[in-house]
Amino acid sequence: MRPFAYERAEEAAGAIATLTDGAPGAMYLGGGTNLVDLMKLGVAAPDLLVDVSHLPHDRVEQLPDGGLRIGAAVLNSTLAADRTVRERYPVLSQALLAGASGQLRNLATVGGNLLQRTRCAYFMDVSKPCNKRVPGSGCPAREGDHRNHAIIGHSEACVATHPSDMAVALVALGATVEVRGAAGARTIPLPGLHRLPGDAPERDTVLDPGDLITAVVLPPSAPGAVSRYRKIRDRASYAFAVVSIAALLELDEDGAVREARIAFGGLAHAPWRALVAEEELRGLPATAESFGRAADAELAQARPLRDNGFKVPLARNLTVRTLGELAAQAERRSGR
Amino acid sequence: MSAVGSLAIGTPTDRVEGREKVTGAARYAFEQLPGDHAYAWLVQSEIASGEILSLDASPALAQEGVVAVAWAGNAPRVAEVDDRELSVLQSRTISYRGQIVAVVVAESLETAREAAAHVRIDYEVRDHEVVLDEHDPAIYDPGTVNAGYPSESVQGDVARALARADAAVDVTYRTPAFHNNAMEPHATVALWDGDDLTLYDSNQGASTVRDTLAQVFELEPEQVRVISPHVGGGFGSKGTPRPHVVVAALAARMTGRPVKLAITRQQMFAFTGYRTPTIQRLRLGASGDGQLTAIVHEALQQSSRLREFTEQTAVATRMMYAAPNRRTAHRLARLDVPTPSWMRAPGEAPGMYALESALDELAVELAIDPVELRIRNEPPLDPERGIPFSSRGLVACLRLGAERFGWAERDPTPGVRREGDWLVGTGVAASTYPAYRSPATATARAEGDGSFVVRIAASDIGTGGRTTLTLIAADALDQPAARVTVEIGDSALPRAGLAGGSMGTASWGTAVTLACRALVERIEALGGHVPADGLEAHADSSDEVRATDQGYSRHAYGAQFAEVRVDAVTGEARVSRLLGIFAAGRIINPTTARSQFLGGMTMGLSMALLEESVMDREFGDYLNHDLAGYHVASHADVGELEADWIEELDDHLNPMGSKGIGEIGIVGTAAAIGNAVFHATGRRVRELPLRLDRLLAT
Repeated sequence: MRPFAYERAEEAAGAIATLTDGAPGAMYLGGGTNLVDLMKLGVAAPDLLVDVSHLPHDRVEQLPDGGLRIGAAVLNSTLAADRTVRERYPVLSQALLAGASGQLRNLATVGGNLLQRTRCAYFMDVSKPCNKRVPGSGCPAREGDHRNHAIIGHSEACVATHPSDMAVALVALGATVEVRGAAGARTIPLPGLHRLPGDAPERDTVLDPGDLITAVVLPPSAPGAVSRYRKIRDRASYAFAVVSIAALLELDEDGAVREARIAFGGLAHAPWRALVAEEELRGLPATAESFGRAADAELAQARPLRDNGFKVPLARNLTVRTLGELAAQAERRSGR
Repeated sequence: MSAVGSLAIGTPTDRVEGREKVTGAARYAFEQLPGDHAYAWLVQSEIASGEILSLDASPALAQEGVVAVAWAGNAPRVAEVDDRELSVLQSRTISYRGQIVAVVVAESLETAREAAAHVRIDYEVRDHEVVLDEHDPAIYDPGTVNAGYPSESVQGDVARALARADAAVDVTYRTPAFHNNAMEPHATVALWDGDDLTLYDSNQGASTVRDTLAQVFELEPEQVRVISPHVGGGFGSKGTPRPHVVVAALAARMTGRPVKLAITRQQMFAFTGYRTPTIQRLRLGASGDGQLTAIVHEALQQSSRLREFTEQTAVATRMMYAAPNRRTAHRLARLDVPTPSWMRAPGEAPGMYALESALDELAVELAIDPVELRIRNEPPLDPERGIPFSSRGLVACLRLGAERFGWAERDPTPGVRREGDWLVGTGVAASTYPAYRSPATATARAEGDGSFVVRIAASDIGTGGRTTLTLIAADALDQPAARVTVEIGDSALPRAGLAGGSMGTASWGTAVTLACRALVERIEALGGHVPADGLEAHADSSDEVRATDQGYSRHAYGAQFAEVRVDAVTGEARVSRLLGIFAAGRIINPTTARSQFLGGMTMGLSMALLEESVMDREFGDYLNHDLAGYHVASHADVGELEADWIEELDDHLNPMGSKGIGEIGIVGTAAAIGNAVFHATGRRVRELPLRLDRLLAT
């Protein structure tokens, strides 16, 4: 048997010290909905689990500027049901409810959700090569089964996608992740947490060993903005996104786009912020034609693999529809 | 034999063991704790084809708590049986990736699992071929297919008829591999007492497992006992013992300890069986008024290097519709893959998907309503065998279903109904499944206190079999069901056949009825008095089953209607409405029968839209080997779902007048849904599942 130790962290500093100093085989444990699976499969083999789910990061608090601080140990189900989140950040609540199952959401934490690993079948099978699991061993997905893999921002080394729905919404919202590590506290604005694979796909994020996510901070919601999350999946529930979109839209008095913020799931190694599309849309009339043009501009960067080219038109169609729905919603709200 | 008087049969009845199950009191195979037991973990091949050059177990044996490691180099020899998958740990040859190559036995499950990762194996690797391909030069005619049918059948001259047809279709349908995913994965606990073997095992037939294991270990059947009171689903994959059962018994023999062995969900995708992928070419010819003149159904399938397993995919086409010219054929490719096995409605499920889809294409070609087209081709006799049907309710099911579904208002034009972004369409398909019966034995016992016990080695795999037999026995005894206890799930009980082929109830019910009637006669001979120490009667249905009149063609039928919505923007398909009407003889327990029909239809929906086992060409295994990757319908995928049946009296079946209902629900569902997708979108997708990327309008 491979023994491992379990330690329940009572305060963050001690947990961080444990992981930073002399415990290279230690990992943080949140809800365990992904890590425990990976341990059973042999993909993760920690010597020590430091349980951070009981740290006092379990509150959703209003900030003086109108923003929201979400503790990293807040459960996905709690956050999805939070009244403020549902009213001011519907895109986040919708994204959470689109993920996993009721049972999983009741265990999964915000911090853990951000740090979950790809569900690429090669990554999860230790009998096969995978650059993310064993750097340098190869990527069978490039020539193998990759229908649900990345079309954008991927590398020779890795074509995996990030599986989180919540993270896509947080990226669109422009949230900031609060991190504590050996060198103290710092903040990482999203989408800066998750990396593109490059030649180091074993690193999902920019976090250093011992870094602990303590909270996610949402900026104040723009009063005129409307938002929503749409997820396309093969099964109506309990399936990862084939493509998903988190979008916020704010129109000006003339019905033109003042600001759009768009992020995609299912397309890349990280939640994909569609900066090109956002820039393209600024000032354009809120029409299907504009939305299509913006989507095309963004997706011009796509480099689909042999069997996932369909994600390009799918992402385009989803963008046009979702922004169209949001434009109609914004029009209704403004009483025009 | 006429039907018995109806008291209990036909009364909606909850499962007699329902309370035990929902309270957790019911014990499944792996929950048995024989004491002093050890745990086994399987080591699987990491290549698809080749030889084991050497195996080093020492790193595993060095782990604390490891009891033994067995493989081809040290495992006791066992006898070879028909299913060569059961010759496990006997050869160094690798026939597929994931094949069992060793077993680690340890004091705990965790130790066994960890130690298994330390078994070092060197292989000589050979090239493998794992993808079914119609251009494979090694494709051959297997001569016979499962259930003993000839692989080919020919009537008339199809080439001539097709050439002269007013309307014709020539289409190829492809179905992927599907894996049975019962809620309870396979599990076995094996104990030896001298040369006597006891197995607590999750299976669909304790007598079958007993007989097979007795052959493998060269024992008398009486030396093997298989105990399986509760089974959490099987769908065919537990119909015969899978290789792990042999491994558990081998490991227990080697170690002298009871051994517990549970299969993981991932392992189920390697060696517990699956439905073969198929490539099916359908050619139909018809006159302008919709009379079929030719039917050609050719099915290509795969099997392993170990065993020829040929699903009877085109067999239903031999009797489904009238046509003077007909050809059916099966072809097989032997690949470096696991051996396929039974999965709910083997043959009919993929075969009727293709036939019923092609028929819809012909209806479109002819501009004839698809319900009407089927009715016009209703055969007066079994078209191939030239004998009457014992009963045939297809037309009645189609008519009743059409009425309930609101079919008359249907505009046949495809791609014109739109509700927001949803394209809406409806489709129909026929269902069928043969009504088989196999011999069984049973005892019926009257106790002095007025209660009755019926014993038979039947199985309840979650279907309600135990409850159904209680109702059958109650009527045969002319007693209230509450006085009757039925004991099943143990090979020490009178021998019986499988819960499989939709023939469990028909087979067991015949033996139970005979035993109960014999008991009633004995009681009557004693002037209606049951002695204090009870009275017993035994029956063997072999003679009655052998005497079955071969002059009738016996099948259940059904009609499935589907309403489908396809998102015009994303290609997502959802089934908003599904109605199945079935004609399956006498329905014994409406409560569990409805569950069987609805469960089958849901599995058919899942087959149509979601399920697919993805073969990895490079490595040779099914990649999406868990319930996150292999999509079985979730609740959210199932819309309005209704099953009903027509009363059907058929005296040519069995004492109950019943046909099997376990499998027919899945038959035709995928075709009805695919036909509805065409009606909704105008696109004919000839490959399952109907994934969004296949429906996305770009």
